[in-house]
Amino acid sequence: MSHFDLTLELNGKKVTRKIPLRSRLLDALRYDFGLTGTKEGCGEGECGACTVLLSGRPVNSCLVLARQAEGCKVETVESTSTETLRRLNATGTSQCGACTPGIVMTARWLCDNPQTLDLMSLREFMSGNLCRCTGYDGVLSGIECLLDQEEGES
Amino acid sequence: MRVLTPSGLDHALALLAEFESSLTPLAGGTDLLVSWPHQNSDEVGFLDLSPLRAEHSAPRLEQDALVLSMLTTYWDVIASEEVRTEFPLLLAAALKVGAVQIQSAGTWAGNIANGSPAADGVPVLMAYGAEVVLRSTRGEVRVPLDRYYLGYKQSVRALDQLIVEIRVPRRKREIEWFHKVGARFAQAISKLGVAVTRDETGHRVVVNSVAPTVVRCRALEDHLDQGGKIESVEQVRALLSFDIAPIDDIRSTSRYRESVLSRLLYFYLRKANLRKANG
Repeated sequence: MSHFDLTLELNGKKVTRKIPLRSRLLDALRYDFGLTGTKEGCGEGECGACTVLLSGRPVNSCLVLARQAEGCKVETVESTSTETLRRLNATGTSQCGACTPGIVMTARWLCDNPQTLDLMSLREFMSGNLCRCTGYDGVLSGIECLLDQEEGES
Repeated sequence: MRVLTPSGLDHALALLAEFESSLTPLAGGTDLLVSWPHQNSDEVGFLDLSPLRAEHSAPRLEQDALVLSMLTTYWDVIASEEVRTEFPLLLAAALKVGAVQIQSAGTWAGNIANGSPAADGVPVLMAYGAEVVLRSTRGEVRVPLDRYYLGYKQSVRALDQLIVEIRVPRRKREIEWFHKVGARFAQAISKLGVAVTRDETGHRVVVNSVAPTVVRCRALEDHLDQGGKIESVEQVRALLSFDIAPIDDIRSTSRYRESVLSRLLYFYLRKANLRKANG
């Protein structure tokens, strides 16, 4: 069997495609489902550029076989709200953009789980997302801005 | 490549029994899938455990033990207030494994099974006196984690056995400490790591990245159990030398590892002893 039918709940929609068995979740998203927002950085789980939410948790999609995501809920950067993007843009969170999709997904998860910051600092929490432009301060202020917004709403 | 997908635990064990030599159990994938396009080949065979996630992920506290299930991830421990409060070293180690993306996917059982001498999850489990529960169609056995490894990437696990649980005894501990040294504070593979506990069974000093497997430093433990004092870094280094054999590799040198480990333990144990002396 070199292909199989993969069904996902992808950004809120149930979708099915026949995909190669060897595909990583990252490959399936980009080449089979056409969502090229998710980027491949290192391909070895170090850089976080390929971060997506799998069953509600941030994971490196380069370290997940597509097969392992069968039947799961997957959220990618394409499902980000314009308001979230506006806030991140206001603080210069994105420079060259290669790491940005992963950073946005990790940040979105944090906004839904802000109690995580009782256990670690924001900088430490974001350490799984590397930025080769080294624009970390802009990234952190963008996320702080997002977190403030969430706080204001609740 | 081949991927077999079991419908439940019994089916998984039956598949392992049938195809044991050609199947590697795949849990979080954070070790097995690194640089996957370069290692994918016709010979690779995985037993994909993800269908078992719903039933075998949650850690639970029993009367005498914390039970980490086959697919309990680092984040499952980080997110559980009762687990992280009673077993602070599990939290400390979990927070040092990669970052959230790895912590969400990587499992404690996978960390044990992968057998890396640099495993961050293993020293704290060993220092807590954990047992590994191995199951196959032939039955179930419990192995103390400190007797699980036989050599570099070698263990007592037979190819048809799955790690189905890790049992961590609930004991009152007088001291407990974990320290990891990496190239930076977060998201780094260990240059060395050390976990120390003392409970009614005595001291446990467990280290990673300084021997072919994660190891207990028995000579130092015996010295401490016999009430021996900690007098100098040299003395600690001499006691460690019975149990560790660090090497030079891509992440560090033998000399650095031996020197830093001796100093870390010297300063920590001096402080712990002083605290004991002061009541």
